[in-house]
Amino acid sequence: MPALVNAHRRVNLLVVGYRIRATSQKSLPFKCCNTADSGLLVGRWIPGHNSAVVLAVIHYPFIPGQVKKYLSELQSQTQVDLTVLGSWSMPKEGQEGMDSFLKDLSTIFPQKCWLQLSREIGKRGFTCQVVQNNGRLLQEREQKNGDDKIILIHYDQRKVMLSQLHPVQDVGQKSDVEASELRLVFQTVAQSQPLFFLDKYDDGPLKLSHWQSEGREASIIAELLKQASVPVCIFLTWLLSLWHWLCSFRILHLPPVLFISSKLSTCVQSVYRAVHFRTVFSPKKAATHVEFMRKANIFVSFLVDIALGLLLISWLYRENRISKLADTLVPVADRVAKELQELLEWLMGAPAGLKMNRALDQVLGRFFLYHIHLWISYIHLMSPFIERILWYVGLSACLGLTFALSVLSDIVALLTFHIYCFYVYGARLYCLTIYGLSSLWRLFRGKKWNVLRQRVDSCSYDLDQLFIGTLLFTILLFLLPTTALYYLVFTLLRLVVVLFQGVIHLSVDFINSFPLFAIGLRICRPYRLAEGVKFNVLCQEPGTPLHLMMEINPLKCSSVLQCYRTPTYSCYPKDSWAGLCKKLFVGELIYPWKQKTDKTD
Amino acid sequence: MAEEEFTDINGNSISLDCQTHSDFCREFTVTSPKLSLRKVMVYTCFVWLFAYAVFFFTENTAVLSSAIILTLAGMMIHIHFVKVDHETLLIIGSLGVQLSSSYASGRESTIFIEMNKLKDIVINEAVYMHSIIYYLCILIKDPADPETVTSVVPLFQSSNPRLNCLVQVYRSCQEILAQSR
Repeated sequence: MPALVNAHRRVNLLVVGYRIRATSQKSLPFKCCNTADSGLLVGRWIPGHNSAVVLAVIHYPFIPGQVKKYLSELQSQTQVDLTVLGSWSMPKEGQEGMDSFLKDLSTIFPQKCWLQLSREIGKRGFTCQVVQNNGRLLQEREQKNGDDKIILIHYDQRKVMLSQLHPVQDVGQKSDVEASELRLVFQTVAQSQPLFFLDKYDDGPLKLSHWQSEGREASIIAELLKQASVPVCIFLTWLLSLWHWLCSFRILHLPPVLFISSKLSTCVQSVYRAVHFRTVFSPKKAATHVEFMRKANIFVSFLVDIALGLLLISWLYRENRISKLADTLVPVADRVAKELQELLEWLMGAPAGLKMNRALDQVLGRFFLYHIHLWISYIHLMSPFIERILWYVGLSACLGLTFALSVLSDIVALLTFHIYCFYVYGARLYCLTIYGLSSLWRLFRGKKWNVLRQRVDSCSYDLDQLFIGTLLFTILLFLLPTTALYYLVFTLLRLVVVLFQGVIHLSVDFINSFPLFAIGLRICRPYRLAEGVKFNVLCQEPGTPLHLMMEINPLKCSSVLQCYRTPTYSCYPKDSWAGLCKKLFVGELIYPWKQKTDKTD
Repeated sequence: MAEEEFTDINGNSISLDCQTHSDFCREFTVTSPKLSLRKVMVYTCFVWLFAYAVFFFTENTAVLSSAIILTLAGMMIHIHFVKVDHETLLIIGSLGVQLSSSYASGRESTIFIEMNKLKDIVINEAVYMHSIIYYLCILIKDPADPETVTSVVPLFQSSNPRLNCLVQVYRSCQEILAQSR
């Protein structure tokens, strides 16, 4: 069955837990086997555990001197201490008398322990003997108490080589924490990649057998892309440096410009994307797995972003929708202003049956109405240019969907600027009223606030102080409902706008941080991201040690998201709900979406 | 291969299968009772009768189609994520312990715990609602600090066998753990 042979050709051995085994009583069919010819086992002894990883088989005939030279070369190349572990014999007809030959071999390659694995034709199980080397004499120790055991574990070399065990640890941390056996096995196979470059078509002095011995596998497209990517990266890095030089002009570092650019989410998003560019297109190759995944995630999400942006452009410009959108913009602004005017008229009357203070009501209402009138005039002034501006701004969506969403958020912020202004006026007025009231209430009770000690102290006031204080307190108290009502209305409007902007920011954040490449890798090549391993017991014949098949247990999707999420300038609210409510009650201005990089309020 | 019948804490019958692969490798499989056809039919009929009643009053066919889709989706979610068919404990001396849950749809979820992280396998008592139940659990330690138990992994959580079954598994596991110490 060719399919079975293909799959098995890649499987190699890992010997774990050497001590001479007791017999097992089962006789059940065996699934996989190593079909290599007889030879020497090359691998690594795992330090600290009684195990060895077998990486390849060197076939007869060979010259021991050349084997040793090759192994020391590889050792210096890969930093893995590869040694000859033992011998593997699968004797064909006419190759009897291997035993004495094998004994001679163990004197040529002196080891503390020498493994002898053998498989007979017709049988599926392997037998394994471990030979101890005491001094110069070779002794075969067979312990009769049957305590000791050998476990043979089969693994798929290619998958283990490409896989990364999670949680990812840096190579430098190995000395601090005792590395687990599994992690050492994965690291050994991954670092021994140069060992697998020699295949059976090479004309060297050694013939090796491993998963790639039928010929090295590579993809032409991947190699071409790798070659082409270097000049492209250099070019893009140069473009980026040009952009940085432009941004470093003094005129752009004046405080007003800095302030505006920190408020506009478009500028923030473009800065963020520039940082990403620098990460992705740097000509240096990614050193660690984490860096590589981050680069890949950023690159894929950037491509998807641009694709969605281009899709949006094709939809917007297809039936000249953008002009229609621009034409509806001014009437919408007019409509909003009209609604606000009606709201103010309602507040100036008897809103919800409440009786307002007539004079204050009129003052505030007229003030806000005049403000709206100014705003509408400004919008009408801009209206001939709006279509053109919007047409060109819409083209900026080719830089990505996130860019288009940021632009939308900024347009909404600019169009509702008057609501923001009203909120600030209302909040300031209300805040003043509340502070005045609390201070005068303390005076009414004969207390005062001690700024030095940050507490309330008693104080004796003069009669005229008390009189004026009480008068002012009464005035402010009776004006409170009016200011409170205006504050309430404008705060609610402001919160609606903030909510809408928040939704846009959340979706931008999502597109920025979602690790598409990692999720794709988890779905298409699940063995590359490993959470652990699973073992299957391979049914065996009596007289053979235990055979296990080791498979890779892929990482769960939720862990993938948690591990590989790209960090963003996160827009999480900086106040808890309780803090927010307290601020609203007192009248402090709220800025619910604060970027992490901002240090000042 | 010894298969025995036991009951779980709710009185349903479960079966325990012990397989000894070698002196130091044993596999225990606890099989829960299968999905009962009667229950499935009762639930489906109930949902659909309710949908028909609503349809009778509202004359909207969307109610019927949504009831069908809901039933199908609910059943698929139940057999893929909720209904456990059998749970397996594979203990390999000097290598580790593997826990595996196999769901009714065939999905398997596996965890492997290495021997150097495993402190012991014990039977614990717990007070659950109005009863005291016993459960088998694995005590996990950090290899750098062998005396502290960092976490506890309970076994056979979906099948919940009773003490007699747990004692059998416990004794077998302790034999193997004693060998590897």
